Amino acid sequence: MESTERLSAPLALEYPFTRTTGPVIGAFLTGLREKIVLGIKRQDGTVLVPPTEYDPQTSETLTEMVEVAPEGEVITWTWVQEPRPQSPWDSPHALAMIKLDGADTPLLHAVLADGPEALEVGMKVRIKWREVTEGHIKDIEGFIPIKESNG
Amino acid sequence: MAEVSVPSSLDGVEPVQSVRTPIRLEYTFTPGVAAQTYLREFANKKILGVISPVDGAVLVPPRGADSRHGALCDEFIEMPHTGHIGSFCVTNVPIPGRELELPYISAWIFLDGADIGFLNLVAECPPEECRIGMRVEAVWKPDEEIGMTAENILYWKPTGEPDIPFEAAGVRGWHVRKQGEANA
Repeated sequence: MESTERLSAPLALEYPFTRTTGPVIGAFLTGLREKIVLGIKRQDGTVLVPPTEYDPQTSETLTEMVEVAPEGEVITWTWVQEPRPQSPWDSPHALAMIKLDGADTPLLHAVLADGPEALEVGMKVRIKWREVTEGHIKDIEGFIPIKESNG
Repeated sequence: MAEVSVPSSLDGVEPVQSVRTPIRLEYTFTPGVAAQTYLREFANKKILGVISPVDGAVLVPPRGADSRHGALCDEFIEMPHTGHIGSFCVTNVPIPGRELELPYISAWIFLDGADIGFLNLVAECPPEECRIGMRVEAVWKPDEEIGMTAENILYWKPTGEPDIPFEAAGVRGWHVRKQGEANA
């Protein structure tokens, strides 16, 4: 063997997927385009957000979609100081599990705050919609902290 | 499918039925010893295989091990640039990111003496004339463009020699050989 220098090469793997949504995710995305958030009701009355076609515990078919509030509570969070190139966000932000008012399960999304000191578990946040919505989870630009008003 | 009910605020709006979710993964590929050896010789227009220490099967391209037995394969063998088509597919529908003129033929190429095949393009052959067992040879890039890349071989073209029997083409050859051993 003439050369023992180690070989390496940059590779990129890319798939331009378009998925069909089905009736439940389709309705959820339709709601986002119309700037409302939909969940789906389980038999015990609790509401899953984001919605699923089947109950994850009982496997029952779920069909009743209901609107939940555009604001809710941070359940847990982490700070992203340097978003990766593929991230939907290009500046520092928090990734958080957010339980919207009216929902019983949390949704993963960004909290657009100035720094990690602005975050705490239990804080209230509200959706910041994009100006132009198209029926995609990115129609939500992120969540912004709701300033507690004194008094 | 059960009928899904939505709040009246969505009455009459056009429902979303599809969503674009492209994915992309960027990484650095570092080939192992077998793949490095293969690539270096491939840049010299040589095709290497390895010989399984378990049963002598010739594996191309070499992955360093016989995955059937988990056995290390470090004995290399130079392969001819001719073989046959074990199976094939004619693509008539464009695929994003694949800029080939339609229709094109992808085929499992089994080099002469090899026991497994690899996927590659077949050209200079009308799709309706492509067949399992057809003899093919490599068409290489011009020498000055050859490098350590799978793109060295542009495609495989028919040699015009008689086909090998369907029963012996591709992985079907394993069964033929096994019977031969049993009869020997």
